Amino acid sequence: MKFAKSNKQPQGRSADTEARIATLLDSSAGSGESILGTGPIVLMTRVRLARNLSRFPFTGWAKEAQRSDILAECTDAVRGLPQMKKATAFTMEELSDQEKQLLVERHLISRELSASKAGSGVVISRDCSCSIMVNEEDHLRMQVIKPGFQLKRVWKTMNAVDSALEEKLDYAFDTELGYLTACPTNLGTGLRASAMMHLPALVITGQMDKIVRALNQLGLVVRGLHGEGTDASGSIFQISNQTTLGETEEAIIERLHNVLTTIFRQEVNAREKLLEAEPVKLFDKIGRAYGLLQNARLLTSAEALNLLSLLRLGIDLGGFPEDRRVITNRLLILSQPAHIQRATDTEADPAQRDMLRAELLRQALADFPRPEFKHGAPPPESSN
Amino acid sequence: MANPIKCSLCGKPATVHLTQIINNKIHKVDLCEECAKAKGVTDPAGFSLADLLIKGALNNGGTETEGGLVCPTCGFTQQDFKKVGRFGCPDCYKTFRPILLPMLGGMHKGPAHIGKVPRHALDRRSIYERLTKLEMELDLAIKTERYEDAARYRDEIRQIKQAAPGA
Repeated sequence: MKFAKSNKQPQGRSADTEARIATLLDSSAGSGESILGTGPIVLMTRVRLARNLSRFPFTGWAKEAQRSDILAECTDAVRGLPQMKKATAFTMEELSDQEKQLLVERHLISRELSASKAGSGVVISRDCSCSIMVNEEDHLRMQVIKPGFQLKRVWKTMNAVDSALEEKLDYAFDTELGYLTACPTNLGTGLRASAMMHLPALVITGQMDKIVRALNQLGLVVRGLHGEGTDASGSIFQISNQTTLGETEEAIIERLHNVLTTIFRQEVNAREKLLEAEPVKLFDKIGRAYGLLQNARLLTSAEALNLLSLLRLGIDLGGFPEDRRVITNRLLILSQPAHIQRATDTEADPAQRDMLRAELLRQALADFPRPEFKHGAPPPESSN
Repeated sequence: MANPIKCSLCGKPATVHLTQIINNKIHKVDLCEECAKAKGVTDPAGFSLADLLIKGALNNGGTETEGGLVCPTCGFTQQDFKKVGRFGCPDCYKTFRPILLPMLGGMHKGPAHIGKVPRHALDRRSIYERLTKLEMELDLAIKTERYEDAARYRDEIRQIKQAAPGA
C-alpha cells in the first residue's frame, strides 16, 4: 500500500542533503545494532556537555546574524577536530521535518534542536557516537553515546573532544560558577551523564516507584525512553544526574556509575526472584508479546516498544537464541514513527503508521523462533 | 477552602503540587492547572522542576519586579529572566549574581565550581588582558613623553605577541 508522499523541500537544502542523511542512517555504525548494547539491561550510555562562547549572547537571546556567526564559528572549529574527521554537518534549515525526526529517533539530535529557529545545526561523527549540536539552548551541546554500560569510557572520550575544542574556542567560564550556561540548572560542569536501562523485572514486581523516589533523593532523574513515564514505555528508563555544580566531573560520573551498578544488580535479583516464584507469569508475558508481534495488524509505537522490550527480556532469559538480539535492537529503532515513514517512503499519518508498523514487524519476525524456556515446568502451586 | 494555596507562577489557586528532594532539601512547587499544562508537568521529558524552582523563587522574591536589574552587555532584564528562566549572555551572571546565588544551593550540590577549567581559554584571556593593559600604558607613556617607558612597553608587547601568535 502507498500513502501520499510530500514534495515539500526545505529552503537552504543542498543537492546532497538527502544522500548525506541516507549515508549516515544506513551506515552500519548508525543503525540500531551498534547504538544499543549487546548485553542485557544497559542499552546505552551517554554523556553531554553544555558550552557557550564568551563573546556572544546565549542562543535564545542572540539576534539572527549572531546566531549564524555562532553556527559558522562552532561548525568550523568542530569540523577541524581530529575526532570529527569525515563528520557530517547539517543545518536545521536544510532538513525536512521527517529527517529531523529521524535524527531525534536515533538520539543524534534533541527535540529542542529539531524545533529550533534559523541558525542551528549539528555535526555528527562518522560512527555516529559523537554529535555536536550548535545553537540548541546553549551554543554547544556535545554528546558522546556508546552501546552498553561504559560510562567512564564515554566520559573520557567526551572530555577529550571538549579539551580539543577548547583550544580553538573561547568558552564562557567563571572561576566561581564554572562553565556559564543559558539555564542556571546546567551551570558548573555543564555535564549530564545518563544510561538507558531496560528494567522489566523491577517494573513487573512494582519496585520502580520506590527506586524513582530513592534516585530523586540522590539528585538523579529518571525518565522514559522518549519521555513516556510508565510501563507503556517498554520498561526502558533513562537515568541521569540532575545537579551540575559543586562536584567534579569525575565525582558525578562515579556517583552515577555506582548507582547504576546497584540498579543493575537489583534488576538481576528481581529477574531471578521472578523466575523462581512465578516463571509461568513471566514466560506468559514473553510468549504473548511474541504472538502479538507475529500476528498483530495494528501496533502503536508505544505498544511495539513494549512488546519488543519483552522479546529482549526473552533473549536475556535464554528463551530465544542470543543471535536474535541484533534484529530486536534494530526493530526498536525502526518501529519509531519517522523510521516507518522512511521505510515505506510515505508521509503516513499515525493510524496508517500503526498498520505499516505491524506489517514491518510481522515480516521482520516471521522466522523468529518460538520461545523455549529451559527452566522447565513450574511448580504445581504456581500453575493456576 | 478558606485560604487556597496559590500557584507559584501566576497566583491563581493551585491544584497541582510537586515535591522533589535535591540535596536532602525538600522543594515544593504549587501550580494552577493552566501553568501545569503550559510547563509540561504532565510530560516528564519536557519538564524540569529545577526550572520551575527558578521562576517560583523569583516570583516569591516580590519587590524587585518593575525596573529590576538589567544586564549592561545584552540588555536582558530581571523580568526576562523571570519569564524564560534562562539568561541572555555570559555577563548576565555578573549582573544577576545577587539574585542567582541564593537559588543555587537548592539547585545544585554546592555553590562553587570545583570541576574542569578551560586552561587554554583562561591563558588566552589573561594574555589578552595583559596586552590591553600594556597598550594603555604605552599610549599614556607616549602622551606624557616618557619615551624610555614607552620603549619598554613596546618591547614587552612584541615579546608577548611573538610567544603567543594569534593573541
